[in-house]
Amino acid sequence: MNAKEIIARRIAQEVAPGSLVNLGIGLPTMVAQYVDKDNYVFFQSENGVIGVGGFPEGMENPSLTDAGGSFIGVLPGAAAFDSAFSFGLIRGGHLDMTILGGLQVDEQGHLANWIIPGKMVPGMGGAMDLVAGAKRVIVAMTHTAKGNAKLVKSLAFPITAERRVDLIVTEKAVIEPTEEGLLLKELGPGCTLDEVLSLTDATLIIPDDLPYMQI
Amino acid sequence: MKHPLSVTEAIALIPDGSTIMIGGFMGVGSPLSLIKELVRQGKKSLCVIANDTAQEGAAIGLLIDAHSVKKVIVSHIGTNPETQRQMIAKELEVELSPQGTLAERVRAGGYGLGGILTPTGVNTLAGEGKQLVEVDGEKFLLERPLKADFALIKAQQSDYYGNLKYRLTAQNFNPLMAMAAKHVIVEVEEMLPVGCIPPDDVHTPGVLVDMIVKSEAKA
Repeated sequence: MNAKEIIARRIAQEVAPGSLVNLGIGLPTMVAQYVDKDNYVFFQSENGVIGVGGFPEGMENPSLTDAGGSFIGVLPGAAAFDSAFSFGLIRGGHLDMTILGGLQVDEQGHLANWIIPGKMVPGMGGAMDLVAGAKRVIVAMTHTAKGNAKLVKSLAFPITAERRVDLIVTEKAVIEPTEEGLLLKELGPGCTLDEVLSLTDATLIIPDDLPYMQI
Repeated sequence: MKHPLSVTEAIALIPDGSTIMIGGFMGVGSPLSLIKELVRQGKKSLCVIANDTAQEGAAIGLLIDAHSVKKVIVSHIGTNPETQRQMIAKELEVELSPQGTLAERVRAGGYGLGGILTPTGVNTLAGEGKQLVEVDGEKFLLERPLKADFALIKAQQSDYYGNLKYRLTAQNFNPLMAMAAKHVIVEVEEMLPVGCIPPDDVHTPGVLVDMIVKSEAKA
């Protein structure tokens, strides 16, 4: 199982039946394939649809794409709407969960994921609204980037929102930002505590009971 | 009744230097025939308000490639390296606005509001230089409304009054922009007789639409 699959499978366990969930572009999109189809989870794409599901092989519709511009399918019962409504869902407290990629998360649980100054200025797109507005924010990211820790003491990149994210899932660990700091909750398959600590710049709170991810 | 104009006639009405809103999200729901005609007629110094600049060679990206634009107000340019290149070379001014904020700014412009208060962007780069307003102990940014000289939008269907129906995720910013510009030009895939779009299915009432052109691009 590769890193992305570990992360996607673990996050899928966080998705509650019947909830409204927004998936970021890339790795977060993979989560959908591991969510139980009988749970009636409603996936939103912020460009204006609830009910994303099923790849439309051979039935691609040029007027039906996700926020990354990729063709999507929708399930019976889907709804389409404009961008103001879509972000009303996000900011207005109607979105149960957003799952987003991350560049860095700091010890306070602050996320940076929209710009690398001097290098890459993609723009924030919907990320700032999603982090500010969703009831629950889950960060899906690899534990390191080119060998550098992504869980850091303080952010090197501009912050996405003031809000503390709710959970971080990497292939090495599950971490919950709390008032007291970053709480290590689970270890990735085959990972040791020492390995996680050596790949993390932020201080982690280590509980007595530290289970492995069950995926 | 509004009879469709040719793409050439409609675009000829837009002076250089105009502020134009263009519907679409990564090109989906963008008026491609109108965009191509802006390029063909060599428009210059446009200020474009849109969600993004799509990709090089595609949709709004065509205007960037042609150096028709002096400023963009968008939420995202990550998919278009040429936009980033022109920004870094200072050939193009880029104002980034969070996507939900951008949608609300356009809505505010069209709905006659003096701005909107949003929690998005508080204490981030997106909030720099903007007024912070506290309401019942919560912090919000005051974001200003956006208006335009022209809105170039795309609909699936129009009748001869200009009543519009959009399709799926091709709706996005189109209905918001139809409210926020002095002149609204819609590119449609299909013209229908008046009465063929039931009142409940009309997304944008025809009174908002000034000009209709038939799309020359494939869907």
